[in-house]
Amino acid sequence: MTMAPGRALKLDPIKSIKKAPEEEYYQSGHRTCQGCLSALPMRLMAKAAGPRTIVLGTTGCMYVANTTYMSTPWVVPWMHTQLGAAGSAAVGTSAGLKALMRKGKMKDEPINVIAFCGDGGGADMGLAAISAALTDVEYNLLIFLYDNESYANTDIQTSGQTPWGAVTTFSPPGKKHRIMQRRWKKNVPGMLAAGHPDTKYIASGTPAIPVDMMDKVRAALSAGGPTYMHVLDPCPKGWHYDPEHSTELGKLAIETGIYPLYEVKEGVCNYTGTTRQIAQGRRERKPVREYLEKQGRFAHFKNQDFAYFQKKVDEMWEQWIIPGVIAFSYGGPLNITSEKAAIRNNNVERDNASWAGDRPGHAHEELEGDGGLDREWVDDNALGDPSSGN
Amino acid sequence: MTMQETEERGGRGTEKLMTGTQAVAQAVRLADVDVTAAYPIRPYDGVMQAVAKLIADGDLDAEYIVAEGEHSQFEICKHASAVGSRVFVGSSGVGWMYAMESLAVTPSLRLPVVAMIGNRALDDPGAFGVEHNDAMAVRDLGWQLVWVENAQECFDATLMAYRVAEDPRVSFPVGIGVDGAFITHSQTLIKIPDQEMVDEFLPPYDLGDRLLHPDNPISIAPQANEDWVMEIRKQTDDAARRVKGVIQEAHDDFKRIFGRGGDNPFFEEYMTEDAEYVLFGMGSLSLPAKVMVRRLRDRGEKVGFVRLKWFRPFPTEEMVETLTRFEAVGVVDRDYSYGSPKQGGVLFTDLRAALYDAEVRPRLVNFIGGLGGRELTPEMMDDMADTTRRAAAGEDVPTVRWIGVRE
Repeated sequence: MTMAPGRALKLDPIKSIKKAPEEEYYQSGHRTCQGCLSALPMRLMAKAAGPRTIVLGTTGCMYVANTTYMSTPWVVPWMHTQLGAAGSAAVGTSAGLKALMRKGKMKDEPINVIAFCGDGGGADMGLAAISAALTDVEYNLLIFLYDNESYANTDIQTSGQTPWGAVTTFSPPGKKHRIMQRRWKKNVPGMLAAGHPDTKYIASGTPAIPVDMMDKVRAALSAGGPTYMHVLDPCPKGWHYDPEHSTELGKLAIETGIYPLYEVKEGVCNYTGTTRQIAQGRRERKPVREYLEKQGRFAHFKNQDFAYFQKKVDEMWEQWIIPGVIAFSYGGPLNITSEKAAIRNNNVERDNASWAGDRPGHAHEELEGDGGLDREWVDDNALGDPSSGN
Repeated sequence: MTMQETEERGGRGTEKLMTGTQAVAQAVRLADVDVTAAYPIRPYDGVMQAVAKLIADGDLDAEYIVAEGEHSQFEICKHASAVGSRVFVGSSGVGWMYAMESLAVTPSLRLPVVAMIGNRALDDPGAFGVEHNDAMAVRDLGWQLVWVENAQECFDATLMAYRVAEDPRVSFPVGIGVDGAFITHSQTLIKIPDQEMVDEFLPPYDLGDRLLHPDNPISIAPQANEDWVMEIRKQTDDAARRVKGVIQEAHDDFKRIFGRGGDNPFFEEYMTEDAEYVLFGMGSLSLPAKVMVRRLRDRGEKVGFVRLKWFRPFPTEEMVETLTRFEAVGVVDRDYSYGSPKQGGVLFTDLRAALYDAEVRPRLVNFIGGLGGRELTPEMMDDMADTTRRAAAGEDVPTVRWIGVRE
């Protein structure tokens, strides 16, 4: 039994959109919404990976809306897997190919194995399986999480990736509680990078910046071993905005610093694109309000909600040991070398996520006159009251 | 081939003292499994310990993955199977239930995963010992389920499982029910054939045009909804109707090559030729049942025992033909089915349904016993036989009775 992973396909960076391959391996046949930025990364990912690829798809939008019987958009071989099974499907597929090639039962050649999952399937239910896959260093695989920040296929329910305060069908604002989604979004790529030191490549991206995303897919597939990619996908239906604004919102998520772009390659973290400019002080972060106000899911926000959101994003940039990536600071000092370690932000006061109380709209005992909505929040996706004849 | 030649062929290979799980592992080795995934739960996990050692020693060349839960364990094997790997997996009790989502989709994907189920009581409260409810939870889903009696049958059933599962007319997963502790952890002498004989019995795994590979770029299991799901279900139903014939073929080949396996693949009869009543059950309870039959026969009782091997597919016609010869049948269930038609066991409920159309039906009584791994003793078997005898004589006896339980 050889311990090294099978050979990885070597894929060069695309570098510019004009140099992207013309061939499409994800074509017509899907039934996703207008402006869907979860379908676009499927197309870009398949384009970047090329024809010697097997794609595994968990249940979610990109299964139900995407892959209808007898009208599959997939030109490369594709197989459904269960909601929490992106990690295990990738491991099983890669292990199967590796065994057959080693034993001479199948032609020995590099084949890409990509398992995609949504934020519900990957960041919630399937997190353990993804974590296990990232420790299986003997297998070449890419876990590709498309994050549209809700269980969008089942009618927009809160997931572990739904932003704080966002309206979903499981977190509707009401007369007593304005904020029903009281959890801060889980930092999945940072957590996976921090916890899986043998994983050679972990990156964040967005289809709003397609070349960066495709090059990260190629870097992941070429790295050898298990890799992970997190992709933020604006969702017109779930985020409540006009479909024409999808790309704009994807870019704003980065420009406001809410969603940093980076890659962790062989244990070294580097920011990419706009995030690199922000980190290097060459560009100011835009206020989060510019991003949040454009989305109906935050239409119930009061000033204090915007302020709280801004404070949490500021924390990511000013207090995290690697801004936007590793979600803690260091109490120091380190004494590993004779020199005093230059660790930033020692003993910073933090809004500790383990207690709730004075955050806006949060407290279970709402402050009188401050908790609930002062106007009715309208769901612009709702089908309407059947009795009204709409 | 004469009987003597068959015996000589059956003797080719080696004879070793082994537990049930070790015997399964030997069959996994000879089947040249490509991918296996492990997760610990007693009592099945002995098989993964044995498989791990075979791989460590270089006796089996397979990818060996220690999963982070049974759901992943079964998903890993399901997907390895889809790219053409022969896989082996297994679990017990609540571990099997934790994998339930994967267990549900594997037969409808028509992937021939072979699993050993070290039968174990479901929680709560925790119990290591045998009950059959774990494996039986998948009885409606397309899993083919076979129960074994001893370590030799563990070995034989595993080879049979691959042969039947991978037959293109079938392409279903097969679960091998191995009673926890009584078989998983009990040693008996078993015959292990050589590789050449196994290769004669078991052809290579070939998914044909269903292989997931860049040279065969198919989409597997897209969302079908009401447009097509019924047609797909019907195909699965058609395949399920073919399994019995394939088992019979495989059994005939098995007997020819290895010289073992009994008169028929589906059940074993023990001292039934002139029997007026029989006990009926699956798995390790056959041992105390056979002791009971011998003892009562010494006293002149016309009693016998019938042990079912294949529970899915249920051999309905064979059961009707065989069991209608008797006045009464006492079904011993190592399981329960709360709220079922007579609130008896699963096997009893299925057998009642199977016998409904028979022209002459034997009287059926049911015993629930040996739950949570409690021993079913020959004395309990005597007790059950006595109730069945009275049922045969037309006496008024309870339809369902719990055996060996403190009141």
